[in-house]
Amino acid sequence: MSTLTEKGIKIDLQTSQDDKEALSQIKEKSVIYDTKNLDLWYGNSHALKNINLEILENEVTAIIGPSGCGKSTYIKTLNRMVELVPGVSTSGSISYKNKNILDKSIKVEDLRTQVGMVFQKPNPFPKSIYENIVYGPRIHGIKKKAILDEIVEKSLRGAAIWDEVKDRLHQNAYGLSGGQQQRICIARCLAVEPDVILMDEPTSALDPISTLKIEELMKELKKQYTIIIVTHNMQQAARISDKTVFMLNGEVVEFSETDQLFSNPSDKRTEDYITGRFG
Amino acid sequence: MTSHSKKENNAVSVSEMIAQNKQKKSFHNFNEKSIPVFLFLLASITILTTIGILYTLISEAIHFFMEVPILDFFTGTELKPLSQDPQFGILPLLNGTLISSIIAILVAGPIGLMSAIYLSEYASDKVRRVLKPLLEVLAGIPTIVYGFFAFTFVTPIIRAIWPQVEATNILSPGLVMGVMIIPMIASLSEDAMSSVPNRIREGSLAMGTTRLETTFKVVIPAALSGIIASFVLAISRAIGETMIVTIASGSSKNFTFDLTQSMQTMTAYIVEVSGGEAPAGSTLHYSLYAVALTLFAFTLIMNLLAKYVSRKFREEY
Repeated sequence: MSTLTEKGIKIDLQTSQDDKEALSQIKEKSVIYDTKNLDLWYGNSHALKNINLEILENEVTAIIGPSGCGKSTYIKTLNRMVELVPGVSTSGSISYKNKNILDKSIKVEDLRTQVGMVFQKPNPFPKSIYENIVYGPRIHGIKKKAILDEIVEKSLRGAAIWDEVKDRLHQNAYGLSGGQQQRICIARCLAVEPDVILMDEPTSALDPISTLKIEELMKELKKQYTIIIVTHNMQQAARISDKTVFMLNGEVVEFSETDQLFSNPSDKRTEDYITGRFG
Repeated sequence: MTSHSKKENNAVSVSEMIAQNKQKKSFHNFNEKSIPVFLFLLASITILTTIGILYTLISEAIHFFMEVPILDFFTGTELKPLSQDPQFGILPLLNGTLISSIIAILVAGPIGLMSAIYLSEYASDKVRRVLKPLLEVLAGIPTIVYGFFAFTFVTPIIRAIWPQVEATNILSPGLVMGVMIIPMIASLSEDAMSSVPNRIREGSLAMGTTRLETTFKVVIPAALSGIIASFVLAISRAIGETMIVTIASGSSKNFTFDLTQSMQTMTAYIVEVSGGEAPAGSTLHYSLYAVALTLFAFTLIMNLLAKYVSRKFREEY
């Protein structure tokens, strides 16, 4: 190919190779969540305004923005947990693996089995560590003890907490520290082998060391899972995410590669926010 | 001028005023010391009353047990206080009390718990705000009304369906007593379930479980101590219940498990004997205290059990 001398042809060839690369990348990372024209109201208050986002598989997507900008609302729409708030209404569509999850025919139980969630405050069940992990698998019909034991070890290892709790699996999860509880919650999520893990400010209630552990864990997890994380900590978004969404007053202001968003934001409001002029 | 004089007054600083006031505090100091003593005395009234009642019961019951051996009292299956050869076995009364309480809890347990589940997990705020007070109205109905209701309304219905049932029987007051303690179980269990934090429910729902699965696998286990305690307290209430059984179950001291028959409970016996002409100092008179002491022991044990259960099974969250 390089033997060709005419410029035009060379360029053509290069472009086609670029295209191929781009194509193969797209193949590797297909769109898992495709949000189109999403609006959401809590009663009369318009919380999400015309959201359009494509979230790719096996990436960490961070959503940042000041309090009340709708970032938690948006992430809770992705597994329809937002419906627990009375008086919620939506319009538009969110395709998860090419199915509109806002469609009433979608069973939320199935969706939530594939899309796990980690909350702001650690919320293990008031049961033993073991019971916490096997909760999901058991509900979904896995009964054999040998398999459950295996799931427990695998999930706890996956959440980087196995070594800390392996000798106290049958003690109450509430005896653990906040950071450990949060990793138990992550392990509980992993136990049903979801495709996506939604994290709603998972480290906001934790100390810096626990936060660091969870961030390291996320870097491991993104090899196998798609992670969408809401955070009010911009450094955290910069450290761990591939793409970043900046939201303000219920709208997506900017959505781009994390490096680009933080080094060279295209919107003035993004720049103001990340340089600490407000928020 | 006035503004000037005000300024003069304000010239005394707040800290000086506080210092002045502190010197006048002797009355305050007296209050600080005497009021806690006063409060302690008031708080002791209940304890002293309990001790007083216990003392009366025991001292009088001793007279009874000097005439009737304890073993005969607790193992005797015949209670014939007025016959030529009086028998004082408490088993017929224990039997009546336990059977009526068991019927009551069989009615109230499931209904109360299901109501609590509905109120806590399914009802909207609006519905709950209307239903819960209504449920508690049921708890405010005087028990004599329930007794009357059992005797004049429930018994005839039961007899229409099941003609062998006697006009006074243990079944009808047992059922009505069950209705009476439903609010207790529903209300206390609902309290226990709604105090389970929402984030725990969300954690479960986010795992892809249904509301029902979340309720039974997470919320109820987490609230179990409160739920069991509500059951125990309700049983204790049924054991101590008097008017319903007195009116609707008659006064036959049958030692039987036949629900169609009249039976007497410990409480109804006390009503009967203390209302009749038991001569002071007679064995019949003293038998009151022995029965009352047994009843007291039962309810005390139940209440202690409720305390123990709610502490033992408390799940921390």
